Amino acid sequence: MLTYTIRRLVLSIPTLLFISLVIFLLLELAPGDPMAQVPLTVPPEVKERMREALGLGEPTHVRFFKWMYQFFVVEPMMLIDHIFGTALAEGQQRVLSWQFRSPVMDVIVQRMPQTLWVVAMSYVVGILIALPIGIYSAYRQYSLFDQTGTFITMVGYSVPPFFSGVLVIVIFSVQLGWLPSIYDTTLDVVGWETFKQQLMQMVMPVMVLALQTTAQISRFMRASMLDNLNQDYVRTARAKGLSEWTVVMVHVLRNSMIPVITVIALGVPYIFGGAIITEQIFKVNGLGQLLITAIQANDLPMVQTVTFMIAVLIVMFNIVADVLYGVLDPRIRYD
Amino acid sequence: MTLKPILLGATALVGLASMAMAERGSDGHVNVIYWQAPSIMNPYLTGGTKEREAASLVIEPLARYNEKGELVPYLSDGIPTVENGGVAEDLKSITWKIKPGLKWSDGTPFTAKDVKFTAEYCMNPEGGCAQLAKFEGVSEVEVVDDLTVTVHFDGPQPNPYGPFTGGTSPIIQAAQYAECTGARASECADENFYPIGTGPFVVDEFRPNDVISLSANENYRDPDKPAFATMTFKGGGDATAAGRAVLETGEFDYAWNLQLAPDVIANMEEAGQGEAIAAFGTLVERIEINLTDPSPDLPEGERATTKNPHPFLTDPAVRKALSMAIDRVLLTEIGYGKAGKPTCDWVPAPEIYAANNTHCLEQDIEGAKALLEEAGWTDSDGDGVREKDGVRLSILYQTSTNAVRQDFQALIKQWWGEIGVETELRNINASVFFGGDPGSPDTFVKFYADVEMYANNFDGTDPQSYLASRTCEKIPRPETQWQGENINRYCDPEYDALVKELGGTADLSKRGEIAIKLNNMVTKDSNVIIPLVHRGRVSAKSNTLGGVVMNTWDTELWNAADWYRIKE
Amino acid sequence: MTDAPDPKPIAALADEGPTAPPRSQWRDVWDQFKTHRGALAGGIVLLLIILAVFIGPYLWPYDATFIDIRARNQGPSLAHPFGTDQLGRDTLARMMAGGQTSISVGLTAMLLALVLGSLIGVLAGFFRRLDGPLMRFTDLFLSLPLLPLLLVMVLLFREALNSTFGPEQGIFILIVVAIGVTSWMPTARIVRGDVLALKEREFILAARSIGTTNFNLITRHILPNVMSPIMVSATLGIANAIITESALSFLGLGFPPDFPTWGRLLNDATQYLQDYPERVFWPGLAISLTVLAINYMGDGLRDALDPRIRGR
Repeated sequence: MLTYTIRRLVLSIPTLLFISLVIFLLLELAPGDPMAQVPLTVPPEVKERMREALGLGEPTHVRFFKWMYQFFVVEPMMLIDHIFGTALAEGQQRVLSWQFRSPVMDVIVQRMPQTLWVVAMSYVVGILIALPIGIYSAYRQYSLFDQTGTFITMVGYSVPPFFSGVLVIVIFSVQLGWLPSIYDTTLDVVGWETFKQQLMQMVMPVMVLALQTTAQISRFMRASMLDNLNQDYVRTARAKGLSEWTVVMVHVLRNSMIPVITVIALGVPYIFGGAIITEQIFKVNGLGQLLITAIQANDLPMVQTVTFMIAVLIVMFNIVADVLYGVLDPRIRYD
Repeated sequence: MTLKPILLGATALVGLASMAMAERGSDGHVNVIYWQAPSIMNPYLTGGTKEREAASLVIEPLARYNEKGELVPYLSDGIPTVENGGVAEDLKSITWKIKPGLKWSDGTPFTAKDVKFTAEYCMNPEGGCAQLAKFEGVSEVEVVDDLTVTVHFDGPQPNPYGPFTGGTSPIIQAAQYAECTGARASECADENFYPIGTGPFVVDEFRPNDVISLSANENYRDPDKPAFATMTFKGGGDATAAGRAVLETGEFDYAWNLQLAPDVIANMEEAGQGEAIAAFGTLVERIEINLTDPSPDLPEGERATTKNPHPFLTDPAVRKALSMAIDRVLLTEIGYGKAGKPTCDWVPAPEIYAANNTHCLEQDIEGAKALLEEAGWTDSDGDGVREKDGVRLSILYQTSTNAVRQDFQALIKQWWGEIGVETELRNINASVFFGGDPGSPDTFVKFYADVEMYANNFDGTDPQSYLASRTCEKIPRPETQWQGENINRYCDPEYDALVKELGGTADLSKRGEIAIKLNNMVTKDSNVIIPLVHRGRVSAKSNTLGGVVMNTWDTELWNAADWYRIKE
Repeated sequence: MTDAPDPKPIAALADEGPTAPPRSQWRDVWDQFKTHRGALAGGIVLLLIILAVFIGPYLWPYDATFIDIRARNQGPSLAHPFGTDQLGRDTLARMMAGGQTSISVGLTAMLLALVLGSLIGVLAGFFRRLDGPLMRFTDLFLSLPLLPLLLVMVLLFREALNSTFGPEQGIFILIVVAIGVTSWMPTARIVRGDVLALKEREFILAARSIGTTNFNLITRHILPNVMSPIMVSATLGIANAIITESALSFLGLGFPPDFPTWGRLLNDATQYLQDYPERVFWPGLAISLTVLAINYMGDGLRDALDPRIRGR
């Protein structure tokens, strides 16, 4: 397994380089103009000058290698400088956003707190709710609990966040006035009072996002558990006199985890950039909002960097999932 | 419009001050929400409206336009005119006097050198300055003394108030930006996020596309202002959410640009937390007619170019009928409510330039049918669509994605159907539609459709360059990488000659006459542009926020220094 | 000595010919499916929805795009049982027209994604040689940013498809393909994970030892056993496809703006949530009902395919 992991990690480098190239070419090919949001009162000649100032006059391959150098050489050096106080990257040009004219990485770092607080938290909450629901629904198939769970999760999944988000805002912010409808990203949690505020503003976006995660994962959990509950080894385990808890939670669960692990691993990268609509509705302004505004403004360096970082996460978490398969089911062999 | 100096309603301000018992910072905190978030605080590096508005809290021009479109002095001491000798008799220069004793927020004095530096900063050919058009024709900016600066032009400038006025060309500090000129302009992240200014507020923290924290400028020229000690300027979300936060939940005090259906706004106002305020500028929602053939059967490079005239839209009767079939009053009522007025004009304001045509306000379906009949367009095969010589009146009608525009499309499609014109609708993502990507077939400039709808306006109060956009040389074509503002591909030598005449006329009333003539040539006389709605800007303010004066000639936050908290 | 009675065979041990004619596996599956109440109810509801949206417009007098501006923003009435929208279009007519598009797009796009996903998943899981390349390919597709990808697809294919299939057919194909090729990846990864574990199981070894070909191994033994995750993907996929279609309209990639679909009706109505709450109700209900119906049918099919449950 160790050699397999190492081989996969080494292989992921050319894969990622190739992916970065494809993303770059895709963005090149996509119609769009960084000047699209400039008002029409600005004459076209001036817009052309502005495009040139962004470096758009240079050929594609030059810009690609420039980005590669800045991303893979200058940015890591910046990080080292930041940690050890050295000055390796001094005077080097970093990846600059076209919208902000400031380093892309700085803005990404700035967006981390709210992304982790809201989107990552909702993912964890969603998984924590989904697993027990899925397990119990399968164990008591077609019971009242199973039916209710199925109904709620499926309706929850069919109702998109652009609707459910607005609905909870109307109920809890407008009608009842309990929760704030706008997320305050400048809030620093320093004490009990601010922590309460943070919780209040997190509740709605976390719930809306968690509903989607819960629906998805609990369905896969349930289906997979159902496949295993009738297997011979379960009968054997019961016949050996193992407790019901041990049978279900150790034997069956372990064998049912493969699809669930896959789904969970697939979802992690989308914490960083996938919650576009929910972030927009609650004004969380996390990485999802950053990515979508960058796409709308055709801020190519920003889009390229964020999507590439998501690609890294996708590749890494798929490796994690593959390794976990082997751990869960030792019969799976890759070599 | 009068250009005489006006003492920024001094009496009104005294009145407000006594009412609010203003003292700097006494009214605490104010929350502003812009659903499009500002990405930078330097309007020279982005033409975006949101950035210009946010920056206007910090950096200021010599003079601003007030809510009536009149120039009022901000950093200057009075408005120079020909009468008071500030503008040269030959219209080739303008001399601004700066208010004595002005200080930047870092405490250093504000001088004429900063003004000269601003011009050099923007006019640097490598800087990619977005407001370059404001400095068109400027040959030199001369520092006469610390408090006097003269702008010299290449030739006579009928409107010499371009540079250093309005929200688009504020003065930046020479000392701060000295290292940021030319190609280095985009590397100065800190300077562009935290500009040193003369305005009522200074930036404490700037988070691009998210939130700006500001606090009162200790060195602001009026010791009693601003009344608010701190401001949160939040961005993001959508117009509905912004309106809700001010009008319904009361979490915010001011929300910008509520592009919402009028009944939605009216219902939000019922919650009693605030009110919607509207003001009109020069923005006109219009349908533009393509005079060239956009057919996909033509080879690339000939499509939508003057080589192939449009098969039926070149017939003035068809264009007129299309215009007559539209009920502008109803469109306005449904789409904009009190934020719109039905219009027949391409230049709806200011007063001296507005033609105030009313011929099109009444919908006339029968008249339109008769007109088409007369021109030989008949429905000979009974399919409900008129044709002549094998050409069917079938139109592809495109616009950007926007709820109100899609409602307009549906309505207009129905009316055109009634007069026997078939319409196919298309909506395009705004970032593609308004982009200038020559590779995309869907940009509004390339115009691969028969008609398209969008809104446009002009900057400030002078329509000269706006009117000049329909001259022959500005036709977008493959040779110019599809750059050009004359998207109708309209070309009339008489029009070009009139535009030239306008450029050489200084007398205001004469200018007004020419402008009206030009306006009528493309609207009333030829229907190449079919104006629909003169759109205002609607924003929302909380009932407890006082001093707000809605202004579309400058930035909406132009008088943020005068805002205060209304105490019960 | 009495004659010992003939040693009669024990009755139970006597061989009797089978009384019932032999039954095919699919017959069994169908019988089991029929007895599943949820599946039956789901099937009936789905059939009703399909009938309503495809036959309804012939019986209903209003056209989905007809604007009666005097009748706008009306609540439910006899003339307009579902009310009218902000331009006075009949909501019932729009729901039916929207349902035609949403259901066709949803079903076809979901099937396309499912077939692609299952195919790639099974191939990658089963053939070790293909695993690497196919999964890296999946990684690539997972990494591509959706919006620019869709914009590029419109740019490249819209005109070509319009001229070959006509505007409506062309856009339908474009949308279905766009949704299909951007949503098969999770199914592929999930199926592959299951296949990896399955192919090491004893029954596969047994089947292989009696000389079953790879093709039969996959279709007879592997596929039925990965049916449950595929069914879940199908249910989630159809909801996704209906919503994604409405998102595509906003990019100008979807159907013309006056063309109603459930997703678009829901989106348009969200703005009016407070003033006319009934307007969001109908599209929300229609989407949820369709998804629930397919979910229960999926459950029934899954149970029916499981021989251990069958006959219980």
